[in-house]
Amino acid sequence: MDEVLEVMSDIQFSHEQTAHCESGVISNIFRHYGLHISEPMAFGIGAGIFFGHLPFVKVNGVPGTTYRVVPGAIFKRVCKRLGVKIESQTFSSPEKGMEALDRVLETGKPVGLLSSVYYLPYFPPAYRFHFNAHNLVAFGKDGDNYRISDPIMETVTQIDAKSLAEARFAKGFPAPKGKMYYPVEVPKKVSLEQPIREGIKQACSDMLHIPLPFFGVKGMRFLAKRLKHYPEKVGDRKAVLYLGNIIRMQEEIGTGGAGFRFMYAAFLQEAAGILKRDELSEISAELTRIGDTWRNFAFNAGRVCKSRSVNNVSYAELSEMLMQCAAEEEVLFRKLSKVKL
Amino acid sequence: MKKEEVPQDGDNMHEGTFKQLFYATDNAGQYVPVTSVGWEPENVAMKQAWEEINERVEKARAQVVAGEVSPVVYYMEKTIMDLPLLASYVGKFQWQVKRHMKPAVFNKLSDNMLRKYAAAFKVSVQELKNIK
Repeated sequence: MDEVLEVMSDIQFSHEQTAHCESGVISNIFRHYGLHISEPMAFGIGAGIFFGHLPFVKVNGVPGTTYRVVPGAIFKRVCKRLGVKIESQTFSSPEKGMEALDRVLETGKPVGLLSSVYYLPYFPPAYRFHFNAHNLVAFGKDGDNYRISDPIMETVTQIDAKSLAEARFAKGFPAPKGKMYYPVEVPKKVSLEQPIREGIKQACSDMLHIPLPFFGVKGMRFLAKRLKHYPEKVGDRKAVLYLGNIIRMQEEIGTGGAGFRFMYAAFLQEAAGILKRDELSEISAELTRIGDTWRNFAFNAGRVCKSRSVNNVSYAELSEMLMQCAAEEEVLFRKLSKVKL
Repeated sequence: MKKEEVPQDGDNMHEGTFKQLFYATDNAGQYVPVTSVGWEPENVAMKQAWEEINERVEKARAQVVAGEVSPVVYYMEKTIMDLPLLASYVGKFQWQVKRHMKPAVFNKLSDNMLRKYAAAFKVSVQELKNIK
């Protein structure tokens, strides 16, 4: 009986490549249960769009910048807003974690897994850093190998048990502790209107009203001010590294700051059709232009990195461009928060 | 970003293994998924991050050969770890790992401890001890 189910799930699990791992896993797993939610829709309902700059949280000595909400939040919010019940577990040892995974896979359910990119052999080596918040789906087993649908890859792939255990039980911050999750109750039909409204409301609030200087549009201005003084504060060599990190967080696989802007714009476009609000289409088009401003920033930052120039003017210019992004996003989210949904 | 503007600057950072997905607008302004082989600024930042890592690895290697630090430093840099991460992999406090970075202390480590380091770095104990 179990075997039959496993075969069925193999046939039925349809992998679709997405731009970002978390919203991608949501979209792919839900579709398995007949609930069709596009990736941008998952991202929007989960209010994934964000900005944060935390100079005291250093990754390999470089201050952290993020363009999305904290890992796991999108998933949690989407499940809550759509009424999907999720079973989520972490484990004290790899043995227990792998055994529990096997047991769920035997029932034919695809399982979402948190993992470290460093230990995933199917990734190109250049991308394998110690990043511990990557999401992927295991949907079956082939002997000792696990069948994997990694949402940012074009096709399904396989991974050996040892590597998967290492990836799931990587150390560091945040330690994934073998976290695995799978739906236990998925409504066949959901109404998207209210979840969309709640998602938009939360995104506006996160971008505009967190009373700390590190987050939302305030965080962009905060980074802009610091960026301007990088060369004299930390020296040219480090300044270039810091700047490089801002670009990488903006554009790297599975993240993408400008990418997130475009994804949210795609969400607003879809939401405009569902809620029948033309204003949302207009705001979507504006956000597309803001995404282009971000790309322009990354493009110029890349040139500064490449020339490694000891040129304070360029840092001042980049700072100015970031200020521009902040100003435009502030206007946009204020407008969005005033749309009657 | 329009569909046609989605960057296709290969530079082989993905090593031909896959293309990344983006959302971009078509002629009617509708969002559609488009794949990309890479983008110049990202490639630049990525290469730079690796140059930095490689420089640190080379520096550590020279220091090990000169007898200034133990192989723990070299392999820590090579596996892109930092002190807190390495300490949690070998189950020690940071100050203990720091001590193990001294050649004199490293040379007296128990086989058991050496195996832990070797496992964290995914090398053999032989490779751990002998750095060329």
